[in-house]
Amino acid sequence: MPIEIDRTGFYPMNSNFASFRLLLLCWTLAGCSSASSTKNNPNELSGQLTLTGSSTVAPLATEIAKRFEQQHPSVRIDVQTGGSGKGITDVRLGVADIGMASRPLASDEADLTAHQIAADGVGLIVHASNSIKELSQEQVIAIYTDEINNWKDVGGEDKEISVVHKAEGRATLEVFLKHFGIDNPSVKSDVIVGENEHAVKTVAGTEGTIGYVSIGTAEADIESGVPIRLLPLDGVAANTANVASGVFPMSRPLNLVTVDSPSELASKFIQFCQSAEVHDLVKSQYFVPVTSEPGVAK
Amino acid sequence: MRSDRALTIVTRALAAISAAIVLLVVVFLLRESTPAVRQLGISRFFTDASWHPLSGQFNLTPMIVATLVTSVGAVLIAAPLGIASAVFVNFYAPRPISGWHRRLIELLAGIPSVVFGLWGLVVLAPIIATFGGSGQNLFTATIVLGLMVLPTVALLSDAAIAALPREWILGAAALGMGRSAIVGWIVLPGARRGIGSGIMLALTRALGETMAVLMLAGNIVEMPSSLLSPGRTLNANIALELGYASASHRSVLFVSGLMLMLVVSVIVLFVSRRGATKHDR
Repeated sequence: MPIEIDRTGFYPMNSNFASFRLLLLCWTLAGCSSASSTKNNPNELSGQLTLTGSSTVAPLATEIAKRFEQQHPSVRIDVQTGGSGKGITDVRLGVADIGMASRPLASDEADLTAHQIAADGVGLIVHASNSIKELSQEQVIAIYTDEINNWKDVGGEDKEISVVHKAEGRATLEVFLKHFGIDNPSVKSDVIVGENEHAVKTVAGTEGTIGYVSIGTAEADIESGVPIRLLPLDGVAANTANVASGVFPMSRPLNLVTVDSPSELASKFIQFCQSAEVHDLVKSQYFVPVTSEPGVAK
Repeated sequence: MRSDRALTIVTRALAAISAAIVLLVVVFLLRESTPAVRQLGISRFFTDASWHPLSGQFNLTPMIVATLVTSVGAVLIAAPLGIASAVFVNFYAPRPISGWHRRLIELLAGIPSVVFGLWGLVVLAPIIATFGGSGQNLFTATIVLGLMVLPTVALLSDAAIAALPREWILGAAALGMGRSAIVGWIVLPGARRGIGSGIMLALTRALGETMAVLMLAGNIVEMPSSLLSPGRTLNANIALELGYASASHRSVLFVSGLMLMLVVSVIVLFVSRRGATKHDR
């Protein structure tokens, strides 16, 4: 009977393997504890942080958290999304240590503290050859609701306007609609795009187009020679400096939200998020670093 | 005998796995889209005024039309080119050229869709924009999609033609038939099934393509009035909105995935039914 043979052969081998695994486990455990004991010092941070909230802030927070964990190996940071509203609710309920919100706190949220870590500005872009200098609030609304369909009606050349719009749910779309007070179903666009880069390529490829993108993206592309131009808004030039200083109107703060007295670990992490050490990460996500003093709550 | 049984078990298990994967995907789509269907009812996906999921408008019809228009259009471009390329390689090309031609077609099959999309966006769209608009419309998407599925038609037709019995062609030549008559009366009818399955595969690949279409079709959700009007396919819809969608919006997007699955299965069933009846005759 083959089964008999199998069994007799199998059991000793199996237990051998088990003891070998136990040995391996011991080695790795020993390795771990010795490694952490050499690194451990009394001032070393440890523990776990949970962040929830805005899906705009979350990718940035995740990158910063990775760097923070590298510097403090015994800290674990868990970043979850669900919208700014969820972030604020979770902090109030104590489910999350830090909430993420891509908007300023409302007046009925005064029980919480917002710590700005970056700013996000949205600018209107046209093709570089477009002679238009600036568009008023009313003109932009008229263009996006298809009441104006030719550049000559707003002081430009006789050329049809192609309107580039974003897909529903995008953060830049929300900022744009909120700033101009348009509701999305009334927008009549010619192209709908997803990513900022897609919008930039579309505008750069056709002369009569207008679109809106994150200012950080547009600036990087203009520097590398892409034929687009950022239009000023309400007389303010669209550039990262004006977004950082808060004078550019179509922008919003990216905030970390905590209760008034956050834990030591949470405030250390927030200070890290506001420090110059993470400015490269902020820029890589096309946001604008804020030049506030570290630790100062805004 | 033993090895026979082992092989039976292995092939059965592997076949069951591949069938189970399809079923699992369908079950997953059904499960994810159930909340939306239960809440809204299936008819609203056809009768609503527009597609604005955040404002409670969920009409999918323009996207179903755009999906069919781009895919069928792509096959209409790819089929003649692909079949012609297969005939050329087998009957008209000098030997060194036929080898290079095959290799080039295989290379075309290997170009990633995002590269096709980028090429279309940067090169083709500005050219088509001279007809008006932004150049991102169903026409641009269809052309690029046609080029993407061309290798599928070409390579499968090539294989089907090459598999024809040599005697048929020699016999026809011995009867005094010219080269074009042999191709038209012997080769193409004989390789019909292989060419047909190539076209079928090309069609399903075109229906499933997302990235290039997303970059080129303009993505406006409106019933297209001409080939030059922009449109959004069902897959582009998912890709555009899923990353940013909250719970109920997400569920509605899964309905558009389910709809795509439905469109594909109807086409597959229809074609295999027709293929079966032809075979019976």
